[in-house]
Amino acid sequence: MRIAVITFPGSNCDHDCYRALKLTDGVAPEFRWHRDTDLGGVDAVVLPGGFSYGDYLRAGAIARFSPIMEAVGAFARAGGPVVGICNGFQVLCESGLLPGALLRNPSLRFQSYPVHIRVETTATPFTSQYRKGQVLQVPIAHGEGSYHAPPEVLAELEGDDRIVFRYSTADGGLAPEANPNGSAHHIAGIVNEGRNVLGMMPHPERAVEELLGSTDGRGIFQSLVHHLSAGATP
Amino acid sequence: MSRFNVEVRVIPRPGLLDPQGKAVQHALDSLGYAGVESVRVGKLLALELDADDASAARAVAEEMCRKLLANPVTEDFRIQVSKDDSVEAE
Repeated sequence: MRIAVITFPGSNCDHDCYRALKLTDGVAPEFRWHRDTDLGGVDAVVLPGGFSYGDYLRAGAIARFSPIMEAVGAFARAGGPVVGICNGFQVLCESGLLPGALLRNPSLRFQSYPVHIRVETTATPFTSQYRKGQVLQVPIAHGEGSYHAPPEVLAELEGDDRIVFRYSTADGGLAPEANPNGSAHHIAGIVNEGRNVLGMMPHPERAVEELLGSTDGRGIFQSLVHHLSAGATP
Repeated sequence: MSRFNVEVRVIPRPGLLDPQGKAVQHALDSLGYAGVESVRVGKLLALELDADDASAARAVAEEMCRKLLANPVTEDFRIQVSKDDSVEAE
């Protein structure tokens, strides 16, 4: 199946995502440029991390208006699977495809190191190949990753089983010291109402080879392939 | 059409954690400025805008804020409009 990786000016994880997809059985990745207006009939879309448009104004705020995002929005609204990683998550929130916003880390630092995240639901096209409660080791690399949303939105995310990953300890416990950026409800990743749009701050594409210290990120891409080849909706 | 100077102030919502503001507050505190109850850091966008009149300039600036300049989830905005009489806009 064909999966598009979108490159914005300032994206810097696009090649990592491309490689992670290439390493996944059954996937032929392709790049799309921010000026493209057509996704070209791909089966899924990845919005990679980086600093699109220099993070000017707010992270993701300008990328949202790039020509390709109109096609991505239409694809997502039609039920097509979309994964936004790090800056990609910020772009999805700014686009209104996901609720909430990502605020500056309380530490005021760019935080870049491996963390643990707990799989909260397997009922998504991106996590079916994990076990519920499974703890993954995946790196973060962001300055603005503190998930924020109004209380009623958080309640809805909780109630509808839309929190996909939470920051946790290595054995799956929730603790303030295991929450690297003070995210509300320890949120590391969420899906939209249709469950076909995933946004997450940690970088699964940096955890797909032994050499990188973890292969725990592979499951997201494998789940996506499983979903697409089954032709099923979650 | 006239030229207007439009100032848009965008500031984090009160009650929202603003680590930048906190850092500035601590710095002020260590400089000996006691009694600084809170600091929030936002941004100021200065626009030169051509519009029929001041209310039209304000309306378009408000639309810009809702679409792009401010994030409705986390930020408030305030708009100040003044006519620039030194310029004759087309």
